[in-house]
This record gives sequence, structure tokens and C-alpha cells, in this order.
Amino acid sequence: MTPAGGGPLVAVRDLTVRFPTRHGVVEAVRGVSFRVDRGQVVAIVGESGSGKSVTARSLVGLAGEGARVGAAELAFDGADLRQVRGRAWRALRGRRVGFVLQDALGSLDPLRRVGAEVAEPLRAHRIVPGRQVDAEVVRLLGEAGIPAPESRARQYPHQLSGGLRQRALIASALAARPDLLIADEPTTALDATVQRQVLALLRERVGDGTAVLLISHDLGVVAEIADHVYVMKDGRFVEDGPAAAVLESPSHPHTKTLVGAVAGHARGARPGRVSPSAPEAAGTAREVLRAEGLVKRYTLPGRGEFTAVEDVSVTVGAGETLGVVGESGSGKTTLGRLLMGLLEPDAGRVLLDGRPWDGLRGPERRAARRGVQMIYQHPLSSFDPRYTARQILEEPLRADRTPREERDRRVALLLEHVGLAPDVLGRRARELSGGQRQRLAIARALAPGPQVIVCDEPVSALDASIQAQVLDVLEDVQERLGVAYVFVSHDLGVIRRLSHRVVVMKDGRVVESGEMEKVFDHPEHPYTKALIDAVPRFSSRFRRVPGGRA
Amino acid sequence: MPRSLWPWTAVLVVLAVMAAVPSLFTGIDPDAADLNAPLHPPSAEHWLGTDQNGRDLYARIVYGARPSLLIGTGAVLLALAAGVVIGVAAAQLGRVADQVLSRSLDVVLSVPGLLLVFLVVAVLGPGSGTAAVGLAVVSMPGFARVARSEVIRLRSAQYVEAAHGFGWSRAQVVARHVLPNAAGPVLALATVSLGAMIVASSSLSFVGLGPRPPTAEWGAMLSDSREFLALAWWPAVFPGVAITVAVLAVTFVGQHLNRRVEGRLS
Repeated sequence: MTPAGGGPLVAVRDLTVRFPTRHGVVEAVRGVSFRVDRGQVVAIVGESGSGKSVTARSLVGLAGEGARVGAAELAFDGADLRQVRGRAWRALRGRRVGFVLQDALGSLDPLRRVGAEVAEPLRAHRIVPGRQVDAEVVRLLGEAGIPAPESRARQYPHQLSGGLRQRALIASALAARPDLLIADEPTTALDATVQRQVLALLRERVGDGTAVLLISHDLGVVAEIADHVYVMKDGRFVEDGPAAAVLESPSHPHTKTLVGAVAGHARGARPGRVSPSAPEAAGTAREVLRAEGLVKRYTLPGRGEFTAVEDVSVTVGAGETLGVVGESGSGKTTLGRLLMGLLEPDAGRVLLDGRPWDGLRGPERRAARRGVQMIYQHPLSSFDPRYTARQILEEPLRADRTPREERDRRVALLLEHVGLAPDVLGRRARELSGGQRQRLAIARALAPGPQVIVCDEPVSALDASIQAQVLDVLEDVQERLGVAYVFVSHDLGVIRRLSHRVVVMKDGRVVESGEMEKVFDHPEHPYTKALIDAVPRFSSRFRRVPGGRA
Repeated sequence: MPRSLWPWTAVLVVLAVMAAVPSLFTGIDPDAADLNAPLHPPSAEHWLGTDQNGRDLYARIVYGARPSLLIGTGAVLLALAAGVVIGVAAAQLGRVADQVLSRSLDVVLSVPGLLLVFLVVAVLGPGSGTAAVGLAVVSMPGFARVARSEVIRLRSAQYVEAAHGFGWSRAQVVARHVLPNAAGPVLALATVSLGAMIVASSSLSFVGLGPRPPTAEWGAMLSDSREFLALAWWPAVFPGVAITVAVLAVTFVGQHLNRRVEGRLS
């Protein structure tokens, strides 16, 4: 293959991808056309299920099992991809087209050292002589921003943090110096500061002339690095244009929804919250949950102790939202479980309504548990897989022996609170959409009549527009029922929108806390400043846009 | 259920009815010896021929279904019940109980299975019941281990954690969420074991550790046929076919049920 100079690197016209299933043919991609030039970053943006991943995978012949790919033109560097069969794909994959996937842990072989993974494309395509492979691997890892690449190359994927794994994966995809890098949601699983480093790495490669096809549902990421954006919905492109134009003045309603969903977070708008009657303004909110000097340590196999939570004190007032910010591993989740009384602290204590957990035993403690409920990041795994939605909602009501007629009434009321139609009741959770599942989880958490709900990253697995809906439900429920939230998230936009007060955690300690506006607008701790600066610039750009979504 | 499994399901139904009410299938007494007609080949009068004592082989296979299938089934049920109780106890009663129970299971597993069955039968005396108990003792640790690991896996499941939050007691959470969700893999092991247990019980009868003669039992019939194999093939072939068909039917239908359970859970 010789570089063909002038033409576009990728040219696609009228691409369709169909999947024959038992229930008829599913059209995943319905006639899309796009091009990618050398040194350009092209983004395909859309919600999950819009067909964006399948579109990108068609370029390397990996659209999926049984996929029927058709196109008027499907060319890579002048070569017609429609003619490529079997072995010929392999000359393309890894060598000329690199692939980075969302889930770095899932795409790295757990039994192979990171260095071996990066070396694979080097050996498979004989990029460098065998004796130089090890040196090249170290060079690539270092270039991808991995500190101490010599020792990291000898470690296994599970010994690396999420950000390091993603960087190792990018190093592996770039090893053969491909002309095109396909990055499918490369930063979705990462925290803000890490996300920023990974984006910087991708941008750097574009400087080297590598083209990037970026697949994302995250408009913030897209705004950060893309030159040209295609917006995808139901297998079609509904809008495209230069990134700045599409994001700042979207014309299609769907694009507006996507933009509005992100902008809503960034503006920190909390409709109905600014009234002086909001609990934090009144300053008289009754305290429902208090943690004093919590410490939780875990013994590591062989390597001493790991302190997950170190001397943490927080209070939550009735009807108030306490945002807990921090990167993964900062002890947010452990704190949530301590507050719920599911874990015993090694020191300190948690008081629910003035009564300490450790003073409660047996039936009393079980009854008190109903006062603190939890909403999980992945609602599906928090439901018994055998249960229908009705059984899921009835379970907390059965636990306190609510009579049958009363249960039916309460279930109907719960559905209304979260905006679910009664016809979901007969279905099992896995038959519901992501947004419906999280609504169901909120309804279930409300069922025992709790004073506090601990929300552990409740929207981070959802698309932006669905996120906005679920956050609306949470706000609405709080206004109606006066329930307090402990809202754990690494997403500053989400925290900003929902919280009255914020605590920032790092390495198990609270480094900063206070009123939401004060912490966000005048951060004091350097770590808080770094977190706020690390949010992709899209949000800051949109903070200035007046109006937004009505 | 796929069409290809219908015949095997039909076989299972026929075998079950045969074991329950053998007189529906034949009017001949399986133990009636006709000393004038030893080792008669299959004929209109004796469909599958006769054995060395002139007993009708078809009647003996029909009447042999009950002991042949019951020992294996009984062994699986006993092993299942004991294994689940021990496995759940090991997973739920804390570290000391877990250590004691798990190491005891290791001890049972470390003794060769055949030796253990012989030991049990030698202590309790041969017979259908002791054969079933012996086989159950040998296969119980497998059930206990699967049950224990399933319970440990589910103990930290988010929906189990959530259920604690609703105020259920620990026993209630186990009954409502842990046991029903652990049932799939444990029952899968049971259906897979059933075929092996039927073969194993026939083997015990073959070496004379099953039901006492003259009870018709497929493994024992095979054993009787050995001496006359040069003269007559039918006393060996037909009981052998009966065992094979029964095991295949149990295995195929069991595998299908397993796949159904897995599909429902994943």
C-alpha cells in the first residue's frame, strides 16, 4: 500500500449496516456519508444505540457478526474497502488503522503484561526489528504520558489505574504509527483530570498528521478536540459542520437537546432552587445525618493497610443535597456505605436523626436502615434479576408489612413521582431503557420513606440527555418530598447543578467543603482548582451562552 | 423446546411412567422363571428373549426401571439437599464455620469416590438405600462447593445490599434473594450429575452392591449376562441399551433446561 497523497483518508458515501435477527432486519446505519482528512479530528456524536460505533467499526470490517454492510463508496486512502476480504483486513487493522475502545480493562488481556500488549502490533506488522521491540515499547508508553514506563511495561492491566490503562491502550493503538486512529468513547470511563491528559495525548497525535475518528456521546470531549462534527440519531446524520458552529448554534432539534443537556449542567442552573426558602439559605434545616471523624481502613494482602476514609466529618440537613466530589479511589463510595450503616467505621460514628448507628442492634437497626436508601451507578445490578418492576417496587413495602391495597396505591404514587408509566410494572428491569431503570431505582429508594438517599454516581452511565431527565426527577422528588441527598459523583457539572453544599475528597480526606457557589467560584485548595480547571472547555464556553434550553 | 428434543422428552416420560406403574407395560411377571426356556432369542412370545433362568427380558427391563433410576435420582436429591445446607452454612456462618466445613469437604473429596462408596455400603450393608446414600456422600461436596461460592458471590451483590436496606433480617434476605438466585447453577449441576449417577448406580449393582437378587435391575442384569455372552447377546445388549437411552435422555433434556436457566439469568 502506498500513500495516495491528495484525496481524503477516509471517504464514505451512503453507508448502510443491517443486522438480520429472528424478528426481522435491524437497520443500525441508514445511509450516512462522511470524510476524514489527514491530520483532522472528526467526531461522530450521538446517544447510545444511535449507530455511531457500528459506523466506525465498518471501516475496519468489524461491524459485528452477521452484519450486512453496503455503501456506494467506502474507501480508505484510495483503496476500496468493499473489496477487502478476510486476511487483507489484517494488513489494515493495527497497521494503518488503530483502535481505542472505551473499556480499557476489557480490551487489555488480563493475563498479559502491558508491555506485551503494546509490543503485539510491533511484532505482528514487523514495525521494528525484534531486538528493538522492548525499547520501542518503553518509548511508546513514555510518549503516551505514562510515568516510569520501564516498570509499568512489566505490570498487568489490573495493577494500572483507569487513566494509565487507557493511555497504554492508546500507546498500543499508535504503536504501528497508523494513518487513522478510531477512538470509541476513549474517555467516558475516566475522571476529569485524567480525561484531560488523554485528550491532550490525542490532540498531540493529530499534530503528527494522524487522523482521528472520535466516537462520543460527550459533547464536552468533542468540543475540546474535534474539527468537524457529525450528529447521529437512529442511524442517520441529522446535522454536521465545523465543531464550533454545530455546538454553538445547533440547528437540528436533537443537537439542541444534546447541547442543552450539557449546557444545563455547566450553567449550574437549579430552577426553583434559588428562592430564599431553600434550606441552605434559611440556615435552619434540621440535621438528619451527621458523620463525625469517620475512619475506614482495609488490610491489603501482604502490603499493610489502605486507608479508604480518613477523619471525615459531614452533616446533611433535611431536604438538602450534599455533593461529594472526587476522583475514583478517593473514598467516595466507602463514605456512602459508612453513612448507610452497611460498613462499620474503624473510628468515628454516624448519627441518623441524632441516633448513632453503633447504638442500634437487631430489629431496631434494621428499621433504622429504612431511613437511608441508596441509588447505584448501575441500577440493573441493584435489582434482583428475577423480579418485575412491580416486585421491585413492592419489596420495600412488603418488608414493613404494608397491606396489599395500600401497596398498590403506594406503587402507583411512586411511579408518578418519577414519571414512569404504569405499563412498566409487568416488565423486568433488563427490558427497560437505562433512563427508565434509573427512575425505577429512584422510586424504589423512595418506597421506604427515607430521610436521606445516597446517590452513588447515579447518572454517570447515562447519555447526556437522559442524565438531564434523571437529574430533573431527582430535583423534583426533593422538592415534593423534602428528602435529602448525599450525591457522590466525579462529574462536576452534575454536582454543580444539584448540590447545595459540596465536600471535595482526595485520598480519603475532605480537602475542601462549603456552599456550592463558594467552592466552585472561589476554590481554595489547589486540588479543587485543578478539578475545576480540568473540565473540558466546552462547559466554560457554554456558561456564557444565554438562555439555553427553555 | 427445540423439536429435536421431543423424542428424548417422550423417552423420559415413558421411563418415569415405567418406574411408577410397570404393570401398564407388561402382564408378564419379571421374576417368573421358565426353566424349559433359558436363553431364548427374541421372539413373538418373548419380545427381547429370555435370560439364563428363562425370565422374560422385556418384563425385567420394564420392572428394572424403578430400582435402576431411583437409586441415581435419590442419590442426587440427597446430595443436593445436604450439599446446599452445608454450602450455605459455610458461606453464612462466619469464618470459623467456613474453615471447618470447607476443610471437611476437602477430606471427603480426597478419599477416592469408589472406595468411599464401598466403605458406606460395607458399613450399612448392600441394598438400594445404602447404594443411594453412598453415592450421595461422594457427590455431596460438589454441590456444597457450588452452593457456597454462589452464596458468597451473591452476598456482595448490590440487590442483596439494597434488600438489607429495606430492613429485612439476614435470614429473610437469604431466603428472598440469595437462595433463588443461587438455584440456577446448583440445579444445573444436579441435572448433569443425574446421568452420571444412573451409570454409577448400575455399576454398583453390577458388582453386587445394589438391590438384592432376584430384583430386576439393569446393572445386575448386565452382570448376569457375562457368563453367557458367547451363547446369547440379547441378555447383555438390551439392559445396556436401556441404561444408555435413559442416560442420554436425562442428559439432553437436562442440558436444555440448563441453557434455559442461563439464558434467563444473563
